[in-house]
Amino acid sequence: MSATNTLSGLTADQPGTTKLFNTGAPRPAFRLFVAVVILLILVALPFFLAPYPLSLAGRALAFGLLVVSVDLLTGVMGMPSLGQVAYFGAGAYTAGLVGIHLSSSGLVQLLIGTLAGAALALLTGAVAVRTAGIVFLMITLAIGELAHIGVDSLSVVGASNGLAGIPPVSVLPGGEPLTVPGYLYWWVLAVFVIGFCAAVILNRSPLGRSMRGVRDGELRLRALGQNTYSVKLIAYTIAGGVAGAAGTAWVAQTQFISPGDLGFDMAAFALLSVVLGGAGSLWGPVIGAGLVIFVRDWLGGYIEGRGTLLLGVVFVIAVYVLPRGVAGIKGRSLRRKSSDS
Amino acid sequence: MTTTDTSILDIRDLTLSFGSLTAVDRVTLRVDEGARHALIGPNGAGKSTLFGVLAGRLRATSGQIFFNGQDVTALSEAERARNGLVRTFQHSSLFLGMSVLDNVGLAVERSTSQPKRPWPSRRRDRAVTDAAMTHLESVGLLSRPSALCGALSHGERRQVEVAMVLACEPRMVLFDEPTAGMSVAETNRFAEIVESLPRKVTVVVVEHDLDIVFRLAERVSVLAAGKLIADGTPEEIRTNDAVQEAYLGTSSNEALFGAAS
Amino acid sequence: MLAWFDANTATILNGLALGAVLFLIAVGLSLVFGTMDVLNLAHGAVSLMGAYVGVAMYGAAPTTGMFFLAMAIAAAVGFAAGGVLATMVSPVRNHLRQALLTLGMALIVAELLQEVFGPEVRSVPVPEFLSSTVSLMGNPYPVYRLAMVAAGIVVAVVLYIVLERTRAGAIVRATVADRAMVEAIGIRTKVVLALVFGGGAALAAVGGLLAAPILGAQPGLDDQILLLALVIVVIGGLGSLRGALLGALVVGQVQTIGVSVVNEFASFLLFAALAAVLLFRPQGLLPARKGAHV
Repeated sequence: MSATNTLSGLTADQPGTTKLFNTGAPRPAFRLFVAVVILLILVALPFFLAPYPLSLAGRALAFGLLVVSVDLLTGVMGMPSLGQVAYFGAGAYTAGLVGIHLSSSGLVQLLIGTLAGAALALLTGAVAVRTAGIVFLMITLAIGELAHIGVDSLSVVGASNGLAGIPPVSVLPGGEPLTVPGYLYWWVLAVFVIGFCAAVILNRSPLGRSMRGVRDGELRLRALGQNTYSVKLIAYTIAGGVAGAAGTAWVAQTQFISPGDLGFDMAAFALLSVVLGGAGSLWGPVIGAGLVIFVRDWLGGYIEGRGTLLLGVVFVIAVYVLPRGVAGIKGRSLRRKSSDS
Repeated sequence: MTTTDTSILDIRDLTLSFGSLTAVDRVTLRVDEGARHALIGPNGAGKSTLFGVLAGRLRATSGQIFFNGQDVTALSEAERARNGLVRTFQHSSLFLGMSVLDNVGLAVERSTSQPKRPWPSRRRDRAVTDAAMTHLESVGLLSRPSALCGALSHGERRQVEVAMVLACEPRMVLFDEPTAGMSVAETNRFAEIVESLPRKVTVVVVEHDLDIVFRLAERVSVLAAGKLIADGTPEEIRTNDAVQEAYLGTSSNEALFGAAS
Repeated sequence: MLAWFDANTATILNGLALGAVLFLIAVGLSLVFGTMDVLNLAHGAVSLMGAYVGVAMYGAAPTTGMFFLAMAIAAAVGFAAGGVLATMVSPVRNHLRQALLTLGMALIVAELLQEVFGPEVRSVPVPEFLSSTVSLMGNPYPVYRLAMVAAGIVVAVVLYIVLERTRAGAIVRATVADRAMVEAIGIRTKVVLALVFGGGAALAAVGGLLAAPILGAQPGLDDQILLLALVIVVIGGLGSLRGALLGALVVGQVQTIGVSVVNEFASFLLFAALAAVLLFRPQGLLPARKGAHV
């Protein structure tokens, strides 16, 4: 029985599991099918929704991408964070400033905003990722709050009034501004899809596996000879870029950014969307994010602004009913419970 | 620096003290390349501490460690691993939330490929997977590559552990009480794995189970109260008075080592 | 130098007064984390409940009796809330899910309070017997603020005595050190933990009530209080009584002095200090050796 025969025999029996890195996900063909269906539904939304709910959907997508960046750190790398709003804000404010002073091209804003988020993440992460657990969580809280307070006091970006007067984006430089709600929404959707795909690719890469190694046993990973500090820093920087991209999408959708969008509330909701959706699965947290926006902003409109109350109830129920988050509903557990802080 | 050609591990006057407590007391020891070397001693003898210093987890107070002719005393655990000095863990510390294949893949990745590449590459990833499967085959655990490590039995986890160690392409493997908690069958399987390791890989085992020691080891060193009290072939150790004294406090050779065969 | 001191005595005393009530609020958070390893994100909301007790009960100028009654009710309400939280949290092992749960409860409580009391800032009057001023260094200074400082001292001393000198306190400390052992000798640790949670929440509610004449009562205050409490607890050291005291004093001063310099400066300074402590002394300035400790 030669090694080659055994190996090829194995891959024939279990298609897909040994080809790409096994993140524990079953039946990849089915998952791809579901993903395509969901994407088609999202693309079709402008034909079904009025402008206001459509704008909520756009905001949900931008928030969802922020939540994906939080999940990269929390669920994949096992380092829960409250600081991604800082990089989200960096991307958003940068995109806004670019929009006002430089170019209203969404593509340009996306590029520069993502870089801004990544750069800030690299700077702060160099120090932050030396810590772990609750200390890391608190440091990211401090980072988020410092960013929040920073933009709140900077008059050049509007201080507490926020940055207004951002012109509507066009896709390419010098192109038509996307004033039609449906087109704008499609741009936001495009940014979300790009960002989400980047996260999925990262998850299936060697770095993604190393990140999960950090989550499951950083000491062991070091004993294998890996430099875990650089794994963490690279991952943190990429997550910062994703958050920055989310910020540009947010600004494109709302044409406004204020310090409140980087506040503790936002940070806490982002982290809890991850928990609600199922940390580590990437798609679960997106559903969690959608649920949060849906309950708080959409349903809240129907029950006289008591959306936050309903959201609180949803959170409490979810803790008992969905112990592994939305992603854990499907029988087989994708991974063991997210690591304790 | 005078190291002989055949010695891969050269420990000189290694000492580790915590304040007034000396856990490792001027241990001097040489391990030849390709040797099957065991380190034994009663409880509290300092075996675990010595192990920690060798692995790089603990820093020695004084003394030197030469590995493959190079002074590694100041190197970190990861650096030693990259140089070929690989250790196992007493309490199996696999990546429980990841599959068997991913566990071994992490070890392979480190030494052959690019562990920090943030995108997949079909050809290179396939090479890593194939290498991982090869190592799994050599420890006899091909059957369930996508099973989560958290779902494996204790013995199976040990097999994965050894596969990971092999994947690091070590020059020397430090086994830390590998058969603790194993059944007889699992212990035998472990012994078979060690016996099947390539001859050029040096094996150093810290053990309590003396049956395994006498089955696998060609040389045995004995620690007691932090000091090296004996060093020789299994037979020499069996008949050594100081060793009996350390273990039993009396000369009851047969009670400890059984009838000499 | 003396002139600066004279001019700023009031500010310093204000800082002490704020620090005193912040201590009352934060110490519960610290002890709950130290004993149960739970980060209670509903803590700010509980404190706000205490403030609204004052809104509900005080008329124009509350009498002495009303004042003490309100304190008792706030303590009872806080204690009950703490007990409920403890029961809800205990089956949940994972830290992130505990955060989800306590934040959910915080949202519910905050929204309900807003339902009942409205979204505007509600002011809370100072009780009559404490509404006079006293002459300090030639300047009039409100007695109430001195009373706040006194309350903080009293609570700190009482807590110290309880934790260090009573059997109940010993049980709490033992539960932290080795929960299994305490269970083995027949003490129901679940009860112990519920009591710690309840006691901490009661203190938070009373602190909120006492702070209400200064901070007011409004939606959103719970978030600010929670953040301040987190900063205090982390700077001082999780699970440490002395740490909570030191942290509260520091934060009280920075918040008061800083606000009078540049509004935003205080908050920025606080979080910069938080980051600095986390980086250079992550266990806090006065860490508990193991769990709840003085």
